[in-house]
Amino acid sequence: MRVMVLVKATSDSEAGLMPSTELLEAMGKYNEELVNAGFMLAGEGLRPSAKGKRVAFDGPRRTVIDGPFAETRELVAGYWLWEVKDVAEAVEWVKRCPNPMPGPSEIEIRPVYEMADFGDALTPEVAELHNRSREQTRNR
Amino acid sequence: MATETHRAIETVFRIERARLIAGLARMVRDVGLAEELAQDALVTALSQWPKTGVPKNAGAWLMAAAKRRAIDGLRRERMLARKHAEIGRAQEGEQGSGAEDIEAAMDDDVGDELLSLIFTACHPVLSTEARAALTLRLIGGLTTEEIARAFLSNETTIAQRIVRAKRTLGKAGLAFEAPRGQEREARLASVLEVIYLIFNEGYAATGGENLIRPALCAEARRLGRILARRAPDEPEVFGLVALMDIQASRLTARTAPDGAPILLTEQNRARWDQLLIRRGFAALERAGALGGGRGAYALQAALAACHARARTAADTDWKRIAALYDTLREVMPSPVVDLNRAVAYGMAFGPEAGLKLLDEIARAAALRDYAPLPAARGDFLFRAGRLAEARIQFERAAGLTRNAREKAFFLGRAAACGGRRSGAS
Repeated sequence: MRVMVLVKATSDSEAGLMPSTELLEAMGKYNEELVNAGFMLAGEGLRPSAKGKRVAFDGPRRTVIDGPFAETRELVAGYWLWEVKDVAEAVEWVKRCPNPMPGPSEIEIRPVYEMADFGDALTPEVAELHNRSREQTRNR
Repeated sequence: MATETHRAIETVFRIERARLIAGLARMVRDVGLAEELAQDALVTALSQWPKTGVPKNAGAWLMAAAKRRAIDGLRRERMLARKHAEIGRAQEGEQGSGAEDIEAAMDDDVGDELLSLIFTACHPVLSTEARAALTLRLIGGLTTEEIARAFLSNETTIAQRIVRAKRTLGKAGLAFEAPRGQEREARLASVLEVIYLIFNEGYAATGGENLIRPALCAEARRLGRILARRAPDEPEVFGLVALMDIQASRLTARTAPDGAPILLTEQNRARWDQLLIRRGFAALERAGALGGGRGAYALQAALAACHARARTAADTDWKRIAALYDTLREVMPSPVVDLNRAVAYGMAFGPEAGLKLLDEIARAAALRDYAPLPAARGDFLFRAGRLAEARIQFERAAGLTRNAREKAFFLGRAAACGGRRSGAS
């Protein structure tokens, strides 16, 4: 199964504080372990939300909001995409991660939807959903 | 609470298991014994960690526990041997000094043990099936029951296969090392063959009634990535990784909700996994950069890439595919490659060109009862407007396949040719 592993933001990461040499080295080693174990598909760090934008949706209206965004704990500072056997395995690997932030921090594990999750009966609706979204893009 | 701790310990063990067995196998020179020692270490962990908590470096802890068991075992053996020696007046020195060897090896962490274990499990002294089962057991950490389900076999058969394989390896007195030089190429081919077999075992399964089989694809791809990481100069490793990633990108698109197979040309390409395609392309590029463009896996990956690159089926570069099959045919001659080449020619240069090549290979005995042959012929005849002949071919294909879904598919194509159902089947 595929999981997205989300490194949550802190006031430090939002302030654009760069990681120390020590942390960079520890993270480098950790990433190497992930690659060696053969399950890492992708991973990247994100710039602070001050550099980001949001697009708010309300009916046909689209409103662009500039960062930074307030709710720091809900923001994402980085992510990995892993292919693991189950969530328990992802949990054990996350426990081995060096604390990605100077202060207390959180890493969240979110399983990626797979077609099998929808069940066979739902697949045509999912396909229809795809078509609908494509139509919307065209109508805009 | 206790069960939760147990589950966490078992997960940690699952993560560490392959490396643990690999390290132990190198010391005790016996995969069977290494596996037992690893299992003993798990038992120790299950009794101690609930009290002490999971240690920070769980892998090193497990290794140390297993090594203690190994040394204890050897001391016992030597004591026994000494007693025998006293009775039989045999020479003590001949018994060797296994314990010292192990203690010395404890600090000696050179070489990549996991790679050595992969090479050992895939050793050519074993049959391909035995290699696959042993690899899944030792490196994939699958249970015997899971392997049996994956290979549509029963547990006893697989268990026996694994026991025999371990015994064969033990008797062969192998060095637990990744081979070098000329031997390496042949041994690597054997490893790649096993990984691709595991992948195909999973890929060939359609429908979701057996979840272990799609997991085989994932496991084969993980093995490929592990290997690529440890053999970064081997073009065919990257060729295989590319091939598996690009094929796996279509996993969810190639069956209809009712489980019926969907032809490559009919698949909803929006559902192809773009991340896997990108990864596959990168691996293929790496294979090419390493000078492996003409490797059998790299060529097959290049073929898969042609489809992945096409936005719609109509955009497919069939001429390039035909050319790639020309090369693949030289590198890896096989009737199936010839058949696929004929299909590619039919698509690139018209149905008559395909039919001409099909006629040339139809005489090959190997393909006489091979359903895709009449199916391909039926398709060309259909496209050439020769419907009555096409129908006979589709009916023949339906009669040859053992897969019920495929049979229904061929009969559907036969019906689409119109006319009356012929007696032939």
